Amino acid sequence: MSDLERAAPARPVMPAWEYAPAPESKDIVRLQDRYGLFIGGEFVEPKSGRWFTTIDPSNEAVLAEVAEAGEEDVEVAVTAARSAYVTAWRDLPGSERAKYLYRIARALQERAREFAVLESMNGGKPIKESRDVDLPLASAHFFYYAGWADKMEYAFPAMKPTPLGVAGQVIPWNFPLLMAAWKLAPALAAGNTAVLKPAETTPLTALLLGEVIQQAELPPGVVNILTGAGATGASLVGHPDVDKVAFTGSTEVGKQIRRAVAGTSKHLTLELGGKAANIVFEDAPIDQAVEGVVNGIFFNQGHVCCAGSRLLVQEPVFEELLEKLKVRLGTLRVGDPLDKNTDIGAINSRAQLQKIGELVASGVEEGAVIYQPPCDLPERGFWFAPTLFTGVSQSHRIAREEIFGPVLSILTFRIPEEAVEKANNTPYGLSAGIWTEKGSRILWMAERMRAGVVWANTFNRFDPASPFGGYKESGFGREGGRHGLEPYVRLEPVS
Amino acid sequence: MSSDQRLPVRRTAKLYVGGQFPRSESGRTFEVWSGDGRLLAHAARASRKDLRDAVVAARGAFGGWASRTPYNRGQILYRVAEIMEGRRAQLEDELRDSGADDPAGEVSLAIDRWVWYAGWADKIAQVAGGANPVAGPYFNFTVPEPTGVVGIIAPSEPALLGLVSRIAPVIVSGNVVIAVASERSPLPAVSLAEALATSDVPGGVINILTGSPSELVPWLAAHMDVNAIDLTGCPDELVADAERAAADNVKRVHRAGEAAQHLSEVTAFVEFKTVWHPMGA
Repeated sequence: MSDLERAAPARPVMPAWEYAPAPESKDIVRLQDRYGLFIGGEFVEPKSGRWFTTIDPSNEAVLAEVAEAGEEDVEVAVTAARSAYVTAWRDLPGSERAKYLYRIARALQERAREFAVLESMNGGKPIKESRDVDLPLASAHFFYYAGWADKMEYAFPAMKPTPLGVAGQVIPWNFPLLMAAWKLAPALAAGNTAVLKPAETTPLTALLLGEVIQQAELPPGVVNILTGAGATGASLVGHPDVDKVAFTGSTEVGKQIRRAVAGTSKHLTLELGGKAANIVFEDAPIDQAVEGVVNGIFFNQGHVCCAGSRLLVQEPVFEELLEKLKVRLGTLRVGDPLDKNTDIGAINSRAQLQKIGELVASGVEEGAVIYQPPCDLPERGFWFAPTLFTGVSQSHRIAREEIFGPVLSILTFRIPEEAVEKANNTPYGLSAGIWTEKGSRILWMAERMRAGVVWANTFNRFDPASPFGGYKESGFGREGGRHGLEPYVRLEPVS
Repeated sequence: MSSDQRLPVRRTAKLYVGGQFPRSESGRTFEVWSGDGRLLAHAARASRKDLRDAVVAARGAFGGWASRTPYNRGQILYRVAEIMEGRRAQLEDELRDSGADDPAGEVSLAIDRWVWYAGWADKIAQVAGGANPVAGPYFNFTVPEPTGVVGIIAPSEPALLGLVSRIAPVIVSGNVVIAVASERSPLPAVSLAEALATSDVPGGVINILTGSPSELVPWLAAHMDVNAIDLTGCPDELVADAERAAADNVKRVHRAGEAAQHLSEVTAFVEFKTVWHPMGA
């Protein structure tokens, strides 16, 4: 970032609040030196013999060594999952499967603080988010789908659902535990067994979940957790005895997976990238909208597939909104993820930091105007200041490509039709935001957004009962709600 | 001149694109023979360019069709059944010529299929969508919406029922289609197109191509403005390549039983949109 100049603040920001450090204690987390693979109910050494280090992205300190699963390990894990499917899980009454899932939900509540601290240590997200969003939602997800396990016959009208078999699930680094919950809970509720591959940079909470699953006494092999990088994921997805592939991550990798399973009988769901429009009309409650815009793009450092990364502002309120946004940016506290006052934590990895930097540089080169508030970034670790771009045109890379960082591109519009046109002018279609006081306009706009989730006068809300997923190149299939069960069942018409 | 001396007027079997009946731009045709060896027609053999034209026509029709009320779409599907009922004799003759086992039964089933799906139009959202009880002060609901432009490879048999069974559940939710008809028995599809042209289905909502599925599947699967493909009638050896090509724009891919009739055939081509709004005084 040193090559980009920081603009002066729009005007002196709020009274200079001084915040004393308020770090959450790390004592609650007991790190091991090494974590094996979780296969067949046990943590085992990798047959690959390979290990990699996982770090704290806020200070680059090594947290632990983690096993890298190779093809042989994938083989063992899929075999364990198949065996558990046939002998222990598929034919278990739904009411019993439910109770295992309730146990997991409860254990996550009981150990929520430990998980939250570990999540922030390994992923860089602010503790207030891992504590107040990731953990409650992860637990709630297990609780929600536990309730479906013995009610499957009510879920699909005139259809008889049966489980698919072994699910291979590959998840991203932005919500490590929550994504594990989104994948595992519906799969297990429907009677499948799973092999889960957490992201390379954030394996630790998934492994701790392995311990929870052990303590919940799930039959060995029902859940298997393989740590590793892209090659491990590719082996898992390509394994012939995997019946179902579920992937959350980039559109590019999603397309590779789609090609990899082509011509097989594997079921597939993809939850991919986004470039959501957050649309502010002139009659919007501006102060609320500012908070929604900030939440939309700076929540979790912008490492959110449904982030509101394109702000569309109706022209009459552009100046006012921009001014208020700049002031608000000046109050965001960037720093120690474990500090309870932190708003923006560390960027997840060096690679992601470089990608953000490269796209931001392209924005400057292509002629957009950059604004960053003055803020002191820690010397060690991976950091990026909250960033706004004005003067953005639809052809700019920063308006078209997913940045997956704390970078907002601002465009303007005059009439609702233009907002619709611009919002939908993207190959993505994951989410959209609408800010207006006019009820009929909310529904008119919501109907026209080619996106799977529309937040009106709010943004970045999630709930296990609420289906989530994309249109177009943001993927297919839904997670959450009754709709989230469908990817994990085979449906036969009831004759 | 007695009637048996009169020379019948033969029909030119053409494509159906954007509500028009063009020949293939390629100028190509293929011979259609009856089971007992009579030359029935030189049907248009659609090219890659015809396919692209059909996609343009379909995309142009999508917004208008999707924004009609479900009640209106239901009435229009029902109207197709009405028109087909009046053309039974022609459809049965064509099926008989193609060697179908039970021409009259197949026509009846095809007509009844339109009626069945017509009735779904204003019920899909009630059965497949709904309100979601989220843990917070928000009103949250999920609605099904059409995926967009859908390419269909219709099964080769049953030529009419198979085609109707693929098209009706796709358009009832507001999608638009490009359907590639049975190569072996294309004439019932041509007659269906003629029935559609005199129904109330707007031009471009249903486009029907005759020709070689093997030739057209790769282009359909790779087309970047097609949102989903139904490979029910796709030759098995082409499925893997079609699925690979479909990855380029993350197309939805579906294969069904040849004559399936179920709500799941509708929901295979919808997107679920979830809308949140805060509640407060």
